[in-house]
Amino acid sequence: MFELILQTALNAVISSSFMAIIAVGLVLIVGVMQIVNFAHGELYMVGAYTLWYLYMETGFPFAIAVLCAVLVPMLVGLVMERVLFRPMRGNLLGGLLMSVGMVFILKVAAVWLFGEGLMKHIESPFREVWHVFGLDAVMIPNQRLLVLGVSAAVMLGFWFFLRRTKTGWALRACTQDPEAAALQGISIGKVSIIAMAISAGMAGIGGAMMAPLVIVDPHMGHTIIITAFIVMIVGGMGSLGGAVIAAVIYSFIHTFITTYVDGVIATIVGLLLMFVVLMVKPTGIMGTRDKV
Amino acid sequence: MAVICVLPFIVRPYQLDFLIFLFINIILVVSFRLISITGEFSLAHAVLMGCGAYASTMLNKYTGLSPWITMPFGACVAGTVAYLLSFPLFRMKMFYFLIASFAAGEAIRLCWTRFRDPFGGFRGIRRIPSLEIDIPGVIYLDLGFPVPFYFFALIVGLACLVIMYRLEHSRFGLNFHATHWQDQLCASVGVNCRHFRTTAFTIAGVFAGLAGGLLAHYLGSINPNLFGLTLMLYVLVWTIAGGLGSFAGPIIGVTLLSILDESVRSSAQEFRPAIYGAVLIATMLFLPQGIESLPDKLKPHFLRLIGREPTANKSTDAGS
Repeated sequence: MFELILQTALNAVISSSFMAIIAVGLVLIVGVMQIVNFAHGELYMVGAYTLWYLYMETGFPFAIAVLCAVLVPMLVGLVMERVLFRPMRGNLLGGLLMSVGMVFILKVAAVWLFGEGLMKHIESPFREVWHVFGLDAVMIPNQRLLVLGVSAAVMLGFWFFLRRTKTGWALRACTQDPEAAALQGISIGKVSIIAMAISAGMAGIGGAMMAPLVIVDPHMGHTIIITAFIVMIVGGMGSLGGAVIAAVIYSFIHTFITTYVDGVIATIVGLLLMFVVLMVKPTGIMGTRDKV
Repeated sequence: MAVICVLPFIVRPYQLDFLIFLFINIILVVSFRLISITGEFSLAHAVLMGCGAYASTMLNKYTGLSPWITMPFGACVAGTVAYLLSFPLFRMKMFYFLIASFAAGEAIRLCWTRFRDPFGGFRGIRRIPSLEIDIPGVIYLDLGFPVPFYFFALIVGLACLVIMYRLEHSRFGLNFHATHWQDQLCASVGVNCRHFRTTAFTIAGVFAGLAGGLLAHYLGSINPNLFGLTLMLYVLVWTIAGGLGSFAGPIIGVTLLSILDESVRSSAQEFRPAIYGAVLIATMLFLPQGIESLPDKLKPHFLRLIGREPTANKSTDAGS
């Protein structure tokens, strides 16, 4: 009993670290550009596919494949920013529709390039299993530990970037008040590009880390984007700290219900949680009234 | 009109199927527009269609009532669900409404997937009886066959369109537009905006439910995935691409895109969603008022081409 609870809690911690980097990427775009990127899940998929193709098919070393899995979604994200989001900045609904169009296109691109039918399994380079506290029943595959470690490192790095560098300050200024930021000589266009690159890169690294643990297929972004939306709404739109806290809350609820009841019920509970938050406090747990 | 009447006898069977689904989708998009003219976009519409389908088939299955009774019942159930959902949903606006309606719809849909006992789980419900016209001694017609069902869908579709058109252009329906364009002014002269939003949402739900009933009794089997996010996004693309400004916009959108979709079925099967995506992006970028505004935009160019000065372009009050 205790072992099951411990195992579930550890799973929840790992899943919350992963959800946090996905949701933070989504929230970053909302904060800077007032655009909800529905194709964020597809960027995650692009990351997973890049890893699969480079690591399993062409035999690059894992580290290089991961690096490319960050760069390729970044490139896709920058194209999206340039072509789709720039004319729609500030238009929440328009941006959403644009990215819906992009969802279709990216999915089809994945099917077209790599085919839909065959299962794309990725052999993780880290195959050992860590028995927590020497307990036989409580174990974590090292790949999952890698997810936790990389996510934590990315989050820390991003936090450092936001607090300590000039660009990070500019980014935060744009989130708080784009007009005032522009008046201080911050180029909103440049900041948008940086934000989009970071956001897409985070989605990509999330995809690359999770790819060996899940089935890589063109529809893998679908569940992720729904979860990321729940996390974003619960945390408060445009609030990065809120997204992290909400990711932890949601992952714990979801993992425990999945373990003790079942997965579909867990998703229903998650959706209802979002519904209730929207009804009672639409600004989320960390949002302020005048954001977005 | 004559073309439409002769059509089922000359086209191939799968094209007939295509036309029937087109009629059902037209009901769906026009009812979707009814919500959008009050200024909100709902992502629960496909699920409301599913509510109609599920309610109709389940009543039929568990009580043995004729589909003629259960189909209107299904439509009413969809309307009731829409009415109940409207209480929490219309506390929100714009983007929040969109997301909340998605959450509510998806939760309902996942319940169909999860609970096998009444809803049949992810396999859904099978062997749904088709509609039959059976007046003893006079006529017997099984509407499960494409040709009779084609005419039935045509009649129901036209009836729905007439009702929704009359509704929108009635005194009552003008309030729908008013709640969108002049929210506060409208409230200040004593129009209960929320009441009209709720009404529009409920009526749209009834028509979506009816479309669902038609679909269920024609297909003969339904499952939760039919009414998932994919259909909802398609509905969104159809209406946005067609244009929300006028009654005809969504109909044009769904017809053109379905024909386009059908024409590439053999040559570029796997590209079909990408075509939808590209069309959506292209309309958003170049024709924000939809395909229906294309003639208006091309008119000056055309007039110049034949050597006549363009007259003042009349402004359209289309919106998206």
